[in-house]
Amino acid sequence: MKRSFGSVVTMLSMVFLLAACGGKGANNDVTKADATPTVSTNAEATVDTTSKELTVYTALEDDQIKAYLTTFNAQYPDVKVNIVRDSTGIVTAKLLAEKDNTQADVVWGLAATSLLVLDQDNMLEPYSPKGVERILPDFKDKNDVTHWVGIDAWETAFVVNKTEMEKRNLEVPQSYEDLLKPEYKGLITMPNPSSSGTGFLTVSGLVQLKGKDAAWDYMSKLDANIAMYVHSGSKPAKLAGTGEYPIGISFGYRGIEEKKNGSPVEVVFPKEGSGWDLEANALMKKTVVKQVAKDFLDWAITDDAMKEYNKNYAIISLKTDSTKIPEGYTVDPVKQLIKNDLNDAAKNREGVLAEWDKRFNAKSEPKS
Amino acid sequence: MEKSPVTMRPPIRRRWREFISMQNMLIVLLVLTLTTSTLIPLITLFSKAFINKEEQFIGLANFIKYFSTPSLAQSLSNTIWISVLSTLIAVSLAFVYAYGISRTGIRGKSYFHYMALLPLFEPTMMHGIALTYLFGNQGIVTNGFFGLLPEFHIQIYGPIGIVISEVLYLFPQAFLIFITALTITDQRLYDAAETLGAGKIKTFFTVTLPSVKYGLISAVFVCFTASFTDFGAPQAIGGNFNVLATDIYKQVIGQQNMSMGATVGILLTIPAIIAFAVDRFVDRKQRSMLSSKSTPYKIPDGRLRDGLYHVFCWVISIAILIPLITTLFASLIKVWPYNLHFSLKHFDFSNVAGSGLEPFYNSLKVSFITAIVGTIVTFVFAYLIEKSRTMKGLRQVGYFLSILPLALPGMVIGLAYIFFFNNPNNPLNWIYGTMIIIVLANITHFYAVPFMTATTALKKLDKEFELVSESMRVPFYKTFLKVTVPMSLPAIVEIAMYFFVNSMVTVSAVVFLRSADFNLAAVSLVNMEDAGDVAAAAAMSTLIVVTNIIVRVIYELILNKVKKRTAAWQTSSQ
Repeated sequence: MKRSFGSVVTMLSMVFLLAACGGKGANNDVTKADATPTVSTNAEATVDTTSKELTVYTALEDDQIKAYLTTFNAQYPDVKVNIVRDSTGIVTAKLLAEKDNTQADVVWGLAATSLLVLDQDNMLEPYSPKGVERILPDFKDKNDVTHWVGIDAWETAFVVNKTEMEKRNLEVPQSYEDLLKPEYKGLITMPNPSSSGTGFLTVSGLVQLKGKDAAWDYMSKLDANIAMYVHSGSKPAKLAGTGEYPIGISFGYRGIEEKKNGSPVEVVFPKEGSGWDLEANALMKKTVVKQVAKDFLDWAITDDAMKEYNKNYAIISLKTDSTKIPEGYTVDPVKQLIKNDLNDAAKNREGVLAEWDKRFNAKSEPKS
Repeated sequence: MEKSPVTMRPPIRRRWREFISMQNMLIVLLVLTLTTSTLIPLITLFSKAFINKEEQFIGLANFIKYFSTPSLAQSLSNTIWISVLSTLIAVSLAFVYAYGISRTGIRGKSYFHYMALLPLFEPTMMHGIALTYLFGNQGIVTNGFFGLLPEFHIQIYGPIGIVISEVLYLFPQAFLIFITALTITDQRLYDAAETLGAGKIKTFFTVTLPSVKYGLISAVFVCFTASFTDFGAPQAIGGNFNVLATDIYKQVIGQQNMSMGATVGILLTIPAIIAFAVDRFVDRKQRSMLSSKSTPYKIPDGRLRDGLYHVFCWVISIAILIPLITTLFASLIKVWPYNLHFSLKHFDFSNVAGSGLEPFYNSLKVSFITAIVGTIVTFVFAYLIEKSRTMKGLRQVGYFLSILPLALPGMVIGLAYIFFFNNPNNPLNWIYGTMIIIVLANITHFYAVPFMTATTALKKLDKEFELVSESMRVPFYKTFLKVTVPMSLPAIVEIAMYFFVNSMVTVSAVVFLRSADFNLAAVSLVNMEDAGDVAAAAAMSTLIVVTNIIVRVIYELILNKVKKRTAAWQTSSQ
């Protein structure tokens, strides 16, 4: 053992030497492959007009992305779009972690509160996509050259399994206050706000709705009824759909989808109002910005794209006459939204998540 | 098969030709490869645990932080007791089962043997998924088979679910060790015990148990390590019950806290290192068990015994089959539990996490390439280490590096690869985010076991082949291709299958390495689980298991053919 360890050390030093020699050759290969595109220097950041490959980070739902992209692919058939999709918290953490070596060209449909955090870290490249003037002022960045642009809003909703509630002889909860009723103990699931955007906007919404102390007090009481905190905003709706846990704190779209798929669920928007956030787009700051990235952002707020968003979300960032309210939503979804300062929400994000972790993440035994 | 080795240059006829022979160069290359693929990434990872985000040395601060965070420290004790319990149950069941097959006269032995191996073909998340359908709040058993039986409630989300899943996962591994250990025995010992008037129970404790002592130790450590590092089962059914493997995942993927991930990685490796040391020790002892005078075990008569074991083996084999059947059933039900019509809609993966069937095809591709490349690399390396006669020291280093991966949990390999290959200064940085790094991680992760299979197979071949060809000035690669490879074909096919099946089901190493547009089937299970698409996850599990069973059947067919053709030289084939 001793001898082989000695030899290992010798080998190691050899390998390092060799790696140092080999480095040059390999680096040359990389330069050859990557640096050929013609590069024009008209803006502050270099714009690469030849690359036809685009890396997009997104937190949009898997089942939406494909439909959304159809019109983009039709318009730019030669552009290869690499989608990196994950929960809001994870995409955010990934972007922050890759700060020094940004992989994404574009962020598409990520929570505005997350984009604001990135913006505070100076990671976004200001860019006004074509047609940005049509976007409602509350739904985009206030700067002249916008740092981010919203596409739609999503909101907290309870997804409740009616069959299971009838079986247990329970009323369908209509408000946050209802959720505290002792008879709902162990029936509720909720997304973890550090990984899920829905989880964060719900917690942040409660803080804005009730004030800090009352909100944490409320959540501690709610915690007693929660069966499980889960990873994504979709999962509570799906757990409610199978009746595994009949009440899910989720978001409107997912509940309506579950209903369409044939699960006996009802989508309830809480009486007190719903916390909400925007799904928004931004250009990432990089030494070389691709032209296709800008094309993508332009496309992402065209009527074609908005029409698709509107199929899933009642509230889009474009106010036109043709804005339809998708079936399953209450008549005027905008009224359901609470007064919500996204900038404040973004600023408090880290603190809220830390507080939440401290209070609720530590419990590791599942409740029966 | 017989490609002319294009890389060969005409031999340099110099005095030091001896030293710069192709064989020696290959040995150096071998050690370099293993160092780059295993050792340096590992050192990189472990050094990360001692520095902070700003690359400053912080000593043990990460470990102190870990143990002072209640939720994290809790995971460590959770992991330990879960692993102890799972190991105890799995080892006991597997022992009795293997004993039934090797030491009693029950019928259907080959059926029982194959059934025991079934969980090897299943991703561990599948067990969790099956358990939710059986014992979840809407489970079939929970609701008494649609109201036919009384309701049966257990809290499956949490430790109970994890332990059941782990037992399923560990069972075949313990079984394989026991079936080998119980087969290697000497009838003369039992004859002696009988002559001395020892009763059955006394014989069991004085002859049988001591003879499988090392197998027992080895099984306990293998199982403990496997459940200690398993990620799939706790992820699928753990609920809010955290273990180390899910902690790493949360720290690295959820919070991108790499240095804490490295810290947990070190904790995860400790039992594996101990197990590794014990296993090496045991292995050396066990070799001297049999002598040429040993006679094979004769099964004594015993109708009651056979009856009991028969029942036991049936119960276990059905218990192994149930999760698979449940998963298949779950994947075919339209809307569980409200619309029980059959439907194939869950096999259309276009609307769930991951994208369509692509992850499945990617997995096939990766597993296939891993099997081909892995088999070639493993066999050539094992050959160079076993059959060369020069550079003894370097070959020993090579041997050590080859069995080292046994001590490395998949998640640790995955994490080490991020640190090592995602560094822009690394000349190999370009493989990061490609399929190559996934294949490389798989080969490294699974390399040790096939390496030992290859070494064992090579040991059986006579040294004379090399000596004769050397004296006749036949280049070693000709001997290798014309003699060694054809004679070792059964082992080679087995190695290829091992690589394939494991690459299909593995999550732990590759969960960190898959790139944006390249998902894998087993990893997509994690994404689907996270998003709550359980039925689709069941469907994907079904595809994985079916593929692996097909590959296994093909393997058996090839093996039969190969054996018929090549076994002629082995006068006593088993």
